[in-house]
Amino acid sequence: MTDYIVETIRTGIFETLEMTLFSSFFAYLFGLPLGVLLYATSKGRIMENRPLNFVIGLIVNIGRSLPFLILLVLLIPFTRFVTGSSIGTTASIVPLTVGAIPIVARLVESSLSEVQPGIIEAAVSMGASPLYVILHFVIPEATPSLLLGGAINIATILGYSAMAGVIGGGGLGAIALQYGYYRYQKDVLWTTVAILVIMVMVIQGVGNRIAAKVRK
Amino acid sequence: MANVFSLENVTKVYKNDGKEFTALKGINLDIEEGSIFGIIGMSGAGKSTLVRTLNRLEDVSSGSVRFYDQDLSDLSPSELRKIRRQIAMIFQSFNLLGQRTVLSNVMQPLKIAGIRGKEAKNKALEMLEVVGLADKKKQFPSRLSGGQRQRVAIARALASDPKVLLCDEATSALDPKMTGEILDLLREINRTRKLTIVIITHEMSVIEKICDKVAIIDDGNLAEMGDVKEIFRSPKSAAAKKLVFPSNPYDPSRPDSRLIRIAFDGLAASRPFIAELVEKTGQKVNILSANTKSVGGIGYGQMVLELPGSKEDQDVIIDFFAGNGLSISEVER
Repeated sequence: MTDYIVETIRTGIFETLEMTLFSSFFAYLFGLPLGVLLYATSKGRIMENRPLNFVIGLIVNIGRSLPFLILLVLLIPFTRFVTGSSIGTTASIVPLTVGAIPIVARLVESSLSEVQPGIIEAAVSMGASPLYVILHFVIPEATPSLLLGGAINIATILGYSAMAGVIGGGGLGAIALQYGYYRYQKDVLWTTVAILVIMVMVIQGVGNRIAAKVRK
Repeated sequence: MANVFSLENVTKVYKNDGKEFTALKGINLDIEEGSIFGIIGMSGAGKSTLVRTLNRLEDVSSGSVRFYDQDLSDLSPSELRKIRRQIAMIFQSFNLLGQRTVLSNVMQPLKIAGIRGKEAKNKALEMLEVVGLADKKKQFPSRLSGGQRQRVAIARALASDPKVLLCDEATSALDPKMTGEILDLLREINRTRKLTIVIITHEMSVIEKICDKVAIIDDGNLAEMGDVKEIFRSPKSAAAKKLVFPSNPYDPSRPDSRLIRIAFDGLAASRPFIAELVEKTGQKVNILSANTKSVGGIGYGQMVLELPGSKEDQDVIIDFFAGNGLSISEVER
């Protein structure tokens, strides 16, 4: 590999990290409250609201069932509206975030659902309001599981960020596509793949360790 | 004495997929201030539903639950939350926050009541002293034994200075030794803090050990209610007899013979009255089961006896026991 390629891969790593971290942050900014709402409004939960739960559930399911590649294309006008461009690293953050929000919401919902109903009953019997129960009982109890879910989400977003290369996003995915696929540079292809694998493993490993450390 | 709770004709109907299930059928009962009130029944009898109507974790379908002079169904959500701070509850599965330390768990009801910082911490520490676990304040619940976890739950329940403590099968997950310790602690708290305690259980031994009064719930009905000693001595309803009578007496020598249960309290327990029966009347009985136990601190005994075949002999024996102040009831098989 030439120096130029090495330098390109190095830049690509930083672009991938940038896309992954910002997208994960924004995905949780919207996905966490959405997941809490999905949990709290479902049947038998503390703020049961079937119509609201149905509507949110429907939106989340539609978002999750759209293949990410299709979402990328569909969102081009929206991306251009938000960032002023539809190509490049920054622009990729928009579809990555939108694509990840429903996944984050479902994983958050499933983590919260693991909390023992008895703990909620105890909180209610102490005179806690529904919001207090969620903020001070349910979420703290679900923290280890939420962290594990976080690792899964970040790894998924990392994988998606590679796909963003197809429509002009930056990062390792774009490099793999341009040099590895279109130019038959197998060494570049396998190097980027290997780096992506290592990045996913590191994220998952760190996530597991933090979750295990937090779990009492 | 004032009543902490007055239940009038409390009925609870669950609707599920168009099917109706009546969990409580017109329950009337009063729980006196300062007492330890037991509610006993088989699983599925409705006792857990009943206790949850006391802090409105369950709404009643009809009838009323009054806490002092307040009908719980009249309260707005925020009024109900304030009232609930006076009605503490502990559970079979402890329901402690696993991700929080013991101290932080005990502080929860104080934080909910808006008490924070040092004041909450000191109060929580004081409660941990009461249950004897001050040295475990920095531990997490997963490191404690079941009995210790229930003590933490009791400390948490006491932290908000409640008027009453509801115990939902609080000892059912514990071994007999820990059960005894928790019951002793509850009785001590009842006496020293004048705290009314309501105990839900399926074990007669729990009722016998610490309750003053007991309500027996059978299939959603209040089968019998009264002083524990009285019900132990002469249970009237089938449900009460089932709970009080020994569960597995030996089979009688003849399948059709008449069986009676005699119950005697501390005084009579020191008399050898089976020997006296033989001496004075010449009649003999076959003892199928016998035991003594402590009911509210007083020794009680009971025996299941198989009587001889002839009606006259049976009458002589029953007259003898009745004349000696023992309570007698028929055992149906």
